[in-house]
Order: sequence, then structure tokens, then C-alpha cells
Amino acid sequence: MSNIFNVVSKRFNSGSSEPENKNNVKNNIPDNLFFKCPRCRTVVPRYTYRDVNRVCPNCNYHGRLTAQQRIALTVDKGSFREIDGGMMSRDPIDFPDYTKKQQALRESTGLKDAIITGEARIRRIPVMIGVMDTRYMMASMGSVVGEKITRTIETATRKKMPVIMFTASGGARMQEGIVSLMQMAKTSGAVAKHNEAGQLYITVLTDPTTGGVTASFASLGDIIIAEPKVLVGFAGRRVIEGTIKQRLPDDFQLAEFLLDKGFVDMIVERKRMRSVLSHLMTLHGYKKIED
Amino acid sequence: MSELTAWERQLLVREKTRPTVNDYIPLIFDEFYELHGDRLYGDDAAIMGGIGRIDDQPVTILAEVKGRDLNENKKTNFAMPHPEGYRKALRLAKQAEKFHRPVVCFIDTPGAFCGIEAEERGQGEAIARNIMEFMRLKTPVISVVLGEGGSGGALALGVCDKLGMLENALYSVISPRGCASILWKDASREHEACDVLHITAEDMVKFGVAEGIIEEPNGSAEHDVYKTAENIKDFLVDSLKENLRKDIDILLEQRYTKFRKIGEFTE
Repeated sequence: MSNIFNVVSKRFNSGSSEPENKNNVKNNIPDNLFFKCPRCRTVVPRYTYRDVNRVCPNCNYHGRLTAQQRIALTVDKGSFREIDGGMMSRDPIDFPDYTKKQQALRESTGLKDAIITGEARIRRIPVMIGVMDTRYMMASMGSVVGEKITRTIETATRKKMPVIMFTASGGARMQEGIVSLMQMAKTSGAVAKHNEAGQLYITVLTDPTTGGVTASFASLGDIIIAEPKVLVGFAGRRVIEGTIKQRLPDDFQLAEFLLDKGFVDMIVERKRMRSVLSHLMTLHGYKKIED
Repeated sequence: MSELTAWERQLLVREKTRPTVNDYIPLIFDEFYELHGDRLYGDDAAIMGGIGRIDDQPVTILAEVKGRDLNENKKTNFAMPHPEGYRKALRLAKQAEKFHRPVVCFIDTPGAFCGIEAEERGQGEAIARNIMEFMRLKTPVISVVLGEGGSGGALALGVCDKLGMLENALYSVISPRGCASILWKDASREHEACDVLHITAEDMVKFGVAEGIIEEPNGSAEHDVYKTAENIKDFLVDSLKENLRKDIDILLEQRYTKFRKIGEFTE
């Protein structure tokens, strides 16, 4: 109500109410108390959003999770063993501020780069898993992301294990130049070998999966799952809008759009993910470990 | 070695007078039969495919096609392929594998096309599949970057046993313009981004992405298209000979290793 009033009074008193507005209701509420859904723009208290595992209660948009949250939600308690946890990127092309930016992000997120990989069990089925984390440079793929994914898949090939890759990314990491682009080839090569070994590779597309990651390992799953309402595409929305000079429909590049166009096998809600993944693995002959 | 800066090379390879693959093909190959279509949706003129003969060796040729004038560019979409282009390339590469024919790829694209139809028909999937399939393609693959090597759109024809760069050709993860607008929120600073990104032929050799730099006569291919074609041909003939000799399993392992070892990190 007060917002409406402010808008009205601003219109009529042109400018004079401006300073008052600055200190008004809106700015006294810290941003992080509320979550505004990027799809339906519904605003809910952040604790509500957290309680439902970051799913919009209005439109079912599945919001972003940190890698740790994702792992906790997906794998059996205490089963996760991280690999290559200390791997850090160099600065192959001396890109302006890259090292500084990484240091700051390492401190603020506790991550070393944009992915956590390891071995885990899902309903007692052993699996190699990778989870990308958008807090770290929009989970762009540079040397570390490429190398960790490749090693995860290579280990699975060697041990005859399935791979589940939770993807999210802004694309290849510009800051590492051509080295980043080559990670697309490296990771896809590892998928090819895992393929030839007859092992199951499932990708779970989460918000947002774009660019060079869509154009490599994310699109190569034997089974491709997406969470509801997540953004998946090759080119950025603004880039396309710039080319065609018109606004794109709201559902463009959402998971449901991809399902409709035939590029996703199924859309699975977060609460059913463990169950679906474990059943799919069982159907491919992977056995539960009894202990 | 080219004495031009990265930005000068960027301007040079965008010049209308820069020779395109259509200029080179008749000079490099003794025969060429173009083959059309992806057998799924359509035929994308941005990627040309066909069978030809070089130095008595039949090869499959895949090429991103820049137009030489506006009409040609309308047809080839300024060498920005749609998914159909990549799928045609993959179809013909598989055909080459079947007939034990090596594949020669010419890369010259600002990037894969960004548009509604491209997204609807799975641009990302098309590129991903090419990269994966080329990695295991059981026949030698030799690629040459003629001008612009634009990101994933270039890599889709760039998974190969040997990559040659024309002296002034560039290969980049992102267009310098895109980089400038992200980095400085100012696309007009693309000349600075050119240096920042390290995109020259020498950079590619340094990072293990390319194996050879192909000389352009008097510093630019347009000065002498015949001599440039001859240089490209020499590179192709040598590379084909070298790789046709190899046992296929060794060839594939070396191809895998070439990309496997690219990456700079500490543990």
C-alpha cells in the first residue's frame, strides 16, 4: 500500500518526495529476507523458499542450489567422497583481474572453482557425480571444471560406474581464453569413452545451463533430465533478442520448451530426483551395495 | 610470421577481399562433388560438404563458407551455421569413416548462429554431438582455420588430429566484441580485447591447440591466392600422409591425448 502511495505522491509532487522515498520501506528491508521468483516474480519470505528446497511455491521454478546443498539433497548421507578438491586454476592468458577475482570468490564461497566432483551412493548405488555451482563465476568452464569432469568420467569408465552430472553454467570461461574452449572437447572425449565402455551417463540440467556447457557434456547424456522451469540454451537470450530485434516469449529456452522440442528426456522435480535416478540406474543393471 | 597485431589480423580476416574456401577448393583439390543435406531437416549452406581428391587421395571435405558478396552471404548466413549444418557435417564424416576416407575441415566462422530456430532445433546438441563423434571418428581428420575461428561454432569442425592456422587466422573462445562488452561494458573496446584473449596462430601453437602455421604470401592471403592455396595444400598433403600411416587405435589415442592435456591448474 505504501508503495502505491509513494508512486502516486511522487507523480504529483514531482521530485519533492524523492529524498524521503530513498529512506522509505523498500530500502530498510534487506534483500536477502525475500526471494523473488525470476519466472513468475512472486515474492516469498526467504525462509519459506529455503524450507521447500528453493522451489517457487507459486510456479514450481526450481531455483539454484549450492553444490553442497545439491549433494546433501541427492546422495546417501555420509556417502560422498570428494575427489580433486584442492584443484585450482592458473591464469593461462594473464587475463585482467582473473587471479584477484578468483581469490575473492574462494574466500566468499569457500569453493576452489565452479564444480565439486566425487564418488557417492544414491540409495546405495555407487555413482560418480559432478555438481556445478553458479556462485563461482557463473559456473563457467575453465581448466579446473574441464579437468575435474574429465577425471570423474574417466574414473567411472575405469571402474564401470554410472556418471550423474548436475550441470549449470554460463558457458566456457572467457578468462582462460582458448584453453576453456578446449575443455569442451576434453570433456566430450571422456563421455565418448564412457559410452564405448557401455556405462550409463545421466545429465541433470539445472538453472541455468548455457553456452559451451550446453554445447558439450551437458547435451550428451544417455538420459537428459531437467528440473522444472530452468533455463537451458546455447545462445543468451539478450544476444538472440539483439539479433532479431524483438522480445522473446517468456517460456523460450525453459526446460518445458526443450522437452517440447525434443532435447530433454524428462522433467523431474527435485523431491523425486533421488528416486528417479536410483530407479534409472537399477534399470541399467547397477546394483545396490549391501552393508 | 605475421607482424600484425591481433586486432589488425581481426580486421584483415573480416575484409571482403579475403579469399574464402570457395576460392581455395578448385586450387587445392583435383575433383570436388558437393553433397547436400543433413537427412533430418534441411541443407545449411553455411557448411559445405563433399568428396574430393587431393594428391590422388580421396577425402571428405567439410567447410564453413563465407560469402564473397552480399548475395552469397545471404545464402551462407555469413558462415554462421544452424544445427543442420553441423548435422550435415557429422553425416558426411560418418560416411567418410565408412569408406576409410580422411576428413579435411576448413574453419571460417564468426560463430554458430544465435537465433530462435537454431535454439529450437538444438544448436547446443548439434555442436556437442559433433565434438564427441569427431573425437572417436575412425579416420584421420585434418582441420585448417582460414580466417575466423569463432568459439563452439569452430570447434564443431575443429576436433582433429592436426590443426593448421593460416598465418593471420584467429581462434577464440568468445568474439573480442563480446569479451569487451562483458569485461568493460563497452563493445567498442574490442581492439583491446583482441590482445587480452590471445587468439593468434602463434598463441594456438603455444597452447597446443594448433600444430602448424601456414604462411600467407607477403603477409596476407589476398596478395596471392594461388600461393596461399599451394601452402594449404602442402600442409594438408603432409598431414594426411603422416596420419594415414598410423594404426587407427593409435591415431584415436593421440587425438584424445591432444585435447586431454590442455588445461592449466595446480593441485
